[in-house]
Amino acid sequence: MADAAGTTYIRDKFGIDDAIASSVLDEALAFGGDYAELFFEHKDAGSIVYEQQVVKNATRSLSKGMGVRVLAGEAVGYAYTEDLDLAALRRAAATAAKIASRDEATPPVDVVHYETPQYYTPEGNTVDVPPRDKVELMQRADQAARAYDSSIARADINFVDEIKHIAIFTSDGRMASDVQPLVRFNVSCLSERDGGRQTARWGGGGRMGMAYFEETTPEALAEEAARQAVLLQSAVEAPAGTFPVVLAAGDSGILLHEAIGHGLEADFNRKKTSNYSDRIGELVASELCTVVDDGTIQDSRGSINVDDEGNMPQKNVVIENGVLQGYLQDRLSAAAFGTKPTGNGRRESFKHYPMPRMTNTYMLGGDSSPEDIIKSVNRGVYCVAFSGGQVNISNGDFVFSVTEGYMIEGGKITSPIRNVNLIGNGPEVLTKVTAVGHDFELSDGRWTCGKDGQSVPVGVGIPTTLVSAITVGGTSIG
Amino acid sequence: MKEDLLSIASDIVDQAHKRGVDEVDAFVTSVAETSARVRLSEVERIIDATSNAASVRVINGKRTAVCSTVDLTPRALTEMVEQAIELASIAEPDEFAGLPDRGDLALAEPPNLHLYDEQIESISIDAMKDIALRCEQAAFDYDKKVTNSDGAEMGVTRGIVALANSAGFAASYPLTSAHVIVEAICDDNDGKKRNDSWFTVERALHRLEDAEEVGRKAAARAVAKIGAKKLATTTMPVVWEAPVVRALLGIIGQAVSGEMLYRRSTFLAELEDSQVGSELLTITDDPLLEGRLGSRPFDGEGVASRRVPLFEAGVFREFLFDSYNARRMGRNTTGAAGRSLSAPPAPGTSNLVLEPGDISPEDLCAGVVEGLLLTDLMGFGVNMTTGDFSRGAQGFRIESGKVTEPVTEINVSGNLKDMLANIDAIANDMLWLGASGAPSLRMSKLTVSGT
Repeated sequence: MADAAGTTYIRDKFGIDDAIASSVLDEALAFGGDYAELFFEHKDAGSIVYEQQVVKNATRSLSKGMGVRVLAGEAVGYAYTEDLDLAALRRAAATAAKIASRDEATPPVDVVHYETPQYYTPEGNTVDVPPRDKVELMQRADQAARAYDSSIARADINFVDEIKHIAIFTSDGRMASDVQPLVRFNVSCLSERDGGRQTARWGGGGRMGMAYFEETTPEALAEEAARQAVLLQSAVEAPAGTFPVVLAAGDSGILLHEAIGHGLEADFNRKKTSNYSDRIGELVASELCTVVDDGTIQDSRGSINVDDEGNMPQKNVVIENGVLQGYLQDRLSAAAFGTKPTGNGRRESFKHYPMPRMTNTYMLGGDSSPEDIIKSVNRGVYCVAFSGGQVNISNGDFVFSVTEGYMIEGGKITSPIRNVNLIGNGPEVLTKVTAVGHDFELSDGRWTCGKDGQSVPVGVGIPTTLVSAITVGGTSIG
Repeated sequence: MKEDLLSIASDIVDQAHKRGVDEVDAFVTSVAETSARVRLSEVERIIDATSNAASVRVINGKRTAVCSTVDLTPRALTEMVEQAIELASIAEPDEFAGLPDRGDLALAEPPNLHLYDEQIESISIDAMKDIALRCEQAAFDYDKKVTNSDGAEMGVTRGIVALANSAGFAASYPLTSAHVIVEAICDDNDGKKRNDSWFTVERALHRLEDAEEVGRKAAARAVAKIGAKKLATTTMPVVWEAPVVRALLGIIGQAVSGEMLYRRSTFLAELEDSQVGSELLTITDDPLLEGRLGSRPFDGEGVASRRVPLFEAGVFREFLFDSYNARRMGRNTTGAAGRSLSAPPAPGTSNLVLEPGDISPEDLCAGVVEGLLLTDLMGFGVNMTTGDFSRGAQGFRIESGKVTEPVTEINVSGNLKDMLANIDAIANDMLWLGASGAPSLRMSKLTVSGT
């Protein structure tokens, strides 16, 4: 019977205990809903903006509240409140309860505390670290960026962090809690040379405290942003047309996130709006591809000790040797599929209903050497860093924007290319993976995923990967 | 409630002032959201909730901090003010920090822009559900080829914005919004699905597009995409349908930010009063339009709203400024400060309006021998600093002046400066959606990447 820090915290801070939770759950099921859940959240977030070698401003924000969800079949009633008085909680529950319309209440169940694993811990989180310690990190980054190249005219740095306490009570008898630290350090560099201006951004972080900066120094993050900005000064026009593309290890995992990850979220498949609907057991990718969504990676930005519906995260193999194994499930979709939740029910905050979401999504390493993969390409593009991506779930088209890329000519990496978009079709592109390197790498913690207006932190990763044909949206033809 | 929020804002300002803070402003909001979502004629989700938040900006010795909380009890607000004062001490003095100059504040009675609709207070969840059902049904009824739906939703918000500062500004206004949206899905012969959505969003119920018309438009757009193929890589004239011109306006809206100018991170830096775009191009940021989604009687710092010409006959005129970035750049605020709870004010657009031309959208295609009608953009491929633009796209081929087969999985790319200069025709089909109004237009050439 664990009593995790989050539970104690919620009880101490808001006076919410099992009896109060039961009373609110009773209210939520007053019209015969099939299931109800309460999601309590307290988030303390901060930021410091460091620009032109001074601290420009600092912010701190507090948000707290409870979201209540009631299910009647697949229909969802959702309400939330920032007022955590019992009367306000019951009012919110009564509002959500109306999704159901039976005459009798669903009988209550006693909640049992669930012990959560510790894929990260709140110890040493950055939120309460004295601001001067954070400013010192930003000063170090600034100096490193400027020292990197004389063309670096600006270095804008920000330090963003939060500590989130959550507690979940469900009408099927579970109670779980978690304390989720999150830190992110961002650097933007402007290079000015001979009238040419280029900016580049880089950053990193995770569910960690100041210990993150012992592994990854502010200098390293700043030099990376500076390097990319300077590199762009000599970038040539990117080609237009269909080419072989080599994705470098790490950040390129965004390809998996967009090309297949979203399409495997169970809600789209339950509604048959995804290109991967009804395809479990089929070959949907090259046999070289084994794709995993894993919420249990130590300290990673996308990891969770418990999902936002109270289910445990897992290492879910979604594609094994090219064959589709299953979808990423939340509670609602798992019930519809007659399967178990996979620990992917996530939400942005108490104001949001949970949905199937990715955690850390990556492809396992293969047996090619990265050098050989590049040597095998006569004319193509080598992609290293990205600024974002998007997918159209229904038709499977996905894009991702390359911020650091190069031409490959005669098996060698040559000129850097200007920022360019790549477009592919998920189910098609993954069948065109023709080589997978042995150099798997998880990207640093800098990715945020948006879906239905809700943002959640995620991780991505991939080894060096060759896609034999993908459309490159450059401007140079021929 | 309106008075309550304004008194909370004033109270926060007083508390900070009593503690000796040089300058302070407080921003307090309340938003209630109610929505009904249906899918395949069944209720999928009902949301009904209210949230409040208060934010304070403290400027002490020219040092700035912003703190916010969702807890509006007096104790929590006092804690927030004290935390902001403490936090400001870690910032360095910035000579440009400060509230707007008193002369810029909207101290007179703000204009009534009709941003509030009483009808929205009383619409029931059942009524919204019925509207969403009608919308989705109209999509299915439009064509048997519509085989699935990602759902239809009707939702409303009711809110209040209150702002007060230590220079004597204190005002609030209520605002409402309502939206209807649906996504229709078809099965294509190649096993893929083709989808599109349509929506309407307004400050008043009576201004919404008819829900069934929204459903039919989504269906028509999705059905038209059946059979979509890739296109061969080439450079060709591209007709931008009005909905994607909105996306182009969104990009321009970021590029005209005075903060981006200060960061030298916009391709428009150093181009004021230059002929950047085609002479056909006139774009205005207009916060004073009645009933529009982006309208505001005063900006996020209490500065009187004004209409700002961005492009006049292709000449780039002005950046949008809040007071801080304006001071920093030796300019004046344009009353364009956007405000969020957990960051200092920053320049933002209100309603972006691209002046329509006088030819029909059909005439845009008429002269095109081989071209692309662009209907959808995806991704984030814009480098604001250089203007390099490269985004995923869908649309239709134009052959001998006629719109023919649908195309998908292509990229369009160019540089925004060239793209704006290459606009050679603008149609008269002004489309108002949300906070922008735009007609269809044509660019004489753009690189299209495909096979």
